[in-house]
Amino acid sequence: MSSPFSINGGACVAMVGKDCVAIACDLRLGLQALTVSNNFPKVFQYGDVFLGLTGLATDVATVSDLFRYKVNMYRLREERGIAPKTFANLVSSSLYERRFGPYFVSPVVAGLDPKTGEPFICGFDSIGCIDFSKDFIVSGTATDQLFGMCESLWEPDLAPEDLFETISQALLNAVDRDALSGWGAHVYIIEKDKVTKRLLKGRQD
Amino acid sequence: MPGFDFSNYNRNAALHARGVPLPKATSTGTTIVGCIFEGGVVIAADTRATSGPIVADKNCEKLHYISPNIWCAGAGTAADTEFTTALISSQLELHSLSTGRKPRVVTCMTLLKQHLFRYQGHIGAYLVVAGVDSTGVHLFTVHAHGSTDKLPYVTMGSGSLAAMSVFETQWKAQMTQDEAVKLCSEAILAGIFNDLGSGSNVDVAVITPDKTTLKRNYIKPNERTQKLKSYKFARGTTAVLNEKIIRKEDLGNFVSVQEIHVAEPGDKMEVDV
Repeated sequence: MSSPFSINGGACVAMVGKDCVAIACDLRLGLQALTVSNNFPKVFQYGDVFLGLTGLATDVATVSDLFRYKVNMYRLREERGIAPKTFANLVSSSLYERRFGPYFVSPVVAGLDPKTGEPFICGFDSIGCIDFSKDFIVSGTATDQLFGMCESLWEPDLAPEDLFETISQALLNAVDRDALSGWGAHVYIIEKDKVTKRLLKGRQD
Repeated sequence: MPGFDFSNYNRNAALHARGVPLPKATSTGTTIVGCIFEGGVVIAADTRATSGPIVADKNCEKLHYISPNIWCAGAGTAADTEFTTALISSQLELHSLSTGRKPRVVTCMTLLKQHLFRYQGHIGAYLVVAGVDSTGVHLFTVHAHGSTDKLPYVTMGSGSLAAMSVFETQWKAQMTQDEAVKLCSEAILAGIFNDLGSGSNVDVAVITPDKTTLKRNYIKPNERTQKLKSYKFARGTTAVLNEKIIRKEDLGNFVSVQEIHVAEPGDKMEVDV
């Protein structure tokens, strides 16, 4: 049997721009080579922070619900939304708690600091090691392709409109070279005063 | 130690028994070194994190804070080095708060080895522990199975052989601080250029009785050159099927805020001041 990370397929990417961040995912849910659904988003919004989850779909569903619960409890206790950095540490410690029985997910966190408005993105391995990044984070079955796309397309200080084109083209062209990802994409552009969610037209094969 | 949650263990073990490979964790296929000099100790590390053959992070931090006078360099499974050092750091802080003394390096080393030995090597943390305390300058290595060494100069990680070759040819007793910093960073550079698991920059920490200085990216021998061309796409390149914009100011339209009037006099709840 193949790795639990590549049974269902999927890709996710986050990027930093000028005073904005972007996070995007594909929409495929598969069972090895059989596509089961073309509407399975892997980016979840918890207030002002965004979580991308790729990996085993059952764990993507479990972990996204778990963090919705944890973020809601945090909001009730603290009477404010969770900051991206705080959320990243919550994800990290929640995953490391299961060091010897992990969820098969590779999370990505994106958001703007609620106080300073500073862009924040980070990624994790399945046992909670944080990868802080100043440029981009990739995860999923198209990781290799996304690394190549992002490393060549990304540049510093992209405006929200340019960041959208860069992240979209990086994702779209990466998933076209991955049989297990694709079938459309969701892209979130997060700015200080607004969030834009776009559904991309992608190849349906 | 709160302990781990094993509730997914049986599921994952069953999957593994059916031939599913174990997830690959981010490992710090690393070069880390430490060296004692006259009146202090230096530790240094490279900044590459790998996941299989992929470079996961080009500038990660492998020098971990334990206490103001004790620092740790970590190799092995990245999550394990991160959390093990954080755990011991927290225990030492509480210990020094209750004893009213500065923590000792041997205490830190013993706490680490006992924790790692308990987990029989399953926690893959390989550490270089360095610090200055009331008993003097100390430098240790701690392996994942719980064994420890006390030496004047140490190397660990996949680049340990490259780094050790530098120490074995250039090390001498009674070095000055500058000599030790130079030797350690050259040992890391040997790892960066000769070991595939190590790369990018050199981080250095110098610990002396009066202060600790962390030199993040002390040497940057692998800076990316600026791209000659911009690869920006023309706006409107990507085909969009649907767009939804959520503005923060509009969110107020969906929420009604009602001030709840609280009568000032009356029986207030008693609160300790």
